[in-house]
Amino acid sequence: MTINEKQDQIVETFEEYTDWMDKYAYLIEIGNNLSPLDPKSKVNQNLIEGCQSRVWLDAEYTNGIIHFMAESDAVIVKGIVSLLIDVVSGHTPDEILNTDLYFIDKIGLKEHLSPTRANGLLAMVKQIKLYALAFKTKG
Amino acid sequence: MTEKLDIKAIRNDFPILSRTVYDRPLIYLDNAATTQKPRCVVEAIEHVYYHQNANIHRGVHYLSQRATEAHETARATVRDFIHATSSNEIVFTRGTTEAINLLATSYGETFCKEGDEIIISAMEHHANIVPWQMLRDRKGIKLKIVPLTELGELDIPAFEQLLSGRTKLVSLAHVSNVLGTINPVKEIIEKAHAHNIPVLIDGAQAVSHMPVDMQQIDADFYVFSGHKIYGPNGIGVLYGKEKWLDMLPPYHGGGEMIAHVTFEKTIFADLPFKFEAGTPDYVGSVALATAMNYLSSFGMENIAAYENDLLRDATEKMMKIDGMRIYGTSPRKSSVISFLVNDIHPFDMGTLLDKLGIAVRTGHHCAMPLMSALGIDGTLRASFAFYNTHEEIDALIAGIERITKMF
Repeated sequence: MTINEKQDQIVETFEEYTDWMDKYAYLIEIGNNLSPLDPKSKVNQNLIEGCQSRVWLDAEYTNGIIHFMAESDAVIVKGIVSLLIDVVSGHTPDEILNTDLYFIDKIGLKEHLSPTRANGLLAMVKQIKLYALAFKTKG
Repeated sequence: MTEKLDIKAIRNDFPILSRTVYDRPLIYLDNAATTQKPRCVVEAIEHVYYHQNANIHRGVHYLSQRATEAHETARATVRDFIHATSSNEIVFTRGTTEAINLLATSYGETFCKEGDEIIISAMEHHANIVPWQMLRDRKGIKLKIVPLTELGELDIPAFEQLLSGRTKLVSLAHVSNVLGTINPVKEIIEKAHAHNIPVLIDGAQAVSHMPVDMQQIDADFYVFSGHKIYGPNGIGVLYGKEKWLDMLPPYHGGGEMIAHVTFEKTIFADLPFKFEAGTPDYVGSVALATAMNYLSSFGMENIAAYENDLLRDATEKMMKIDGMRIYGTSPRKSSVISFLVNDIHPFDMGTLLDKLGIAVRTGHHCAMPLMSALGIDGTLRASFAFYNTHEEIDALIAGIERITKMF
């Protein structure tokens, strides 16, 4: 699946939830299902410090494909983190760099990417792109 | 004997309380961060701009004189509200933070030298930590920290141990913004004064909740913010005993604070103007005084009694929730409850309460050293004002119970 196909699939799934609380219940479920980050990845070097919650993000680059691993101390953030890394993992640096991550806005969670939310997600999205750029440069 | 407040009528004075968020009625429980404004405060701002706006002091024209009168009447209102003896003791600042920075500079530079000590506590807001650290780094002083007891109260015997010949100032919160603890400031000030040490009290979390009387507690300095006492944003108060303020040099230089300026020398104005460089917030001062008069019309004792009812009701009901931990269990508390439930992250609980229309604060509440002392990263904090109701507390409880089941 392309990045956009994955995004559209998420948007479709979320369309089923009209109530905020149901939407968040689903996010919590996804967050709880995210496998814990390997301790060697859950280090300060990979920490994105938010004022409210923290996100750890690591990436691997093999055969031209990037795979992201992430975790957060807050479950809702973990749910969004899980969606994000599913969408961008398994793609080339160029695909990731050229992508517009529109699904968060479309599923009504844009507020979580606002700078005022201070949950580390905005910085995480930037970090994903930076990883892609770094791996691309590395070749 | 306290009188019963008509909460329904009071709520009608606050237009914002009848709005909805996410199609649900707003339940505003973030009053320790800022309070909502009654109509009279907003109207006071409008009135100044529409009918008497002119730069104050030294204006010979009619409007300037009216504006000056209003600003100085506001100062007198603040003086009476906190029972200061003279208007000279009331300096308008931008808020609590600026008032503490003013003292850290003006008092610190005058009275502190290398090796001297300033006592603060483990429950202070960053505003009462960082300015002293900056002074420490400039002057080589030491900060001594009063530890807390299990209940989240100041450890008074430990505080007494810290008082020494090197102590130059004690600077403590009247009420903790996280734990809600009401510190025994009168007793603390007595103990410090026995060693001839002056005391600064950060009253940001106290003035809107209880009667505050400078004659009774005998603080040397007392600071607070207008926006936490139903007044406008951007104005605050530094109370200082005249004998201290007289000894301190100005903090900022400029217009308004001078008596005479030549390029060789400036003679500073008298109190309180020496500390009010530039055009003061003569709109904010009037609106703040309006807020104080509004509160006085109900009586701070009555407000304190009602908020205490809310606190007791909320605490009792919250304690019945499985997995509930309340931080700050002093028998003397203002209407602030910091809590965590099970291992639910405050961000998660706060985000979901928000979707139910309930505004609480989450995180470290600008008191990271306190969070470290408690061994946690943050809490949720529900803080009540006198316009909150028992029904809102029930909604909070129902919200917490509902959310807890989602994890």
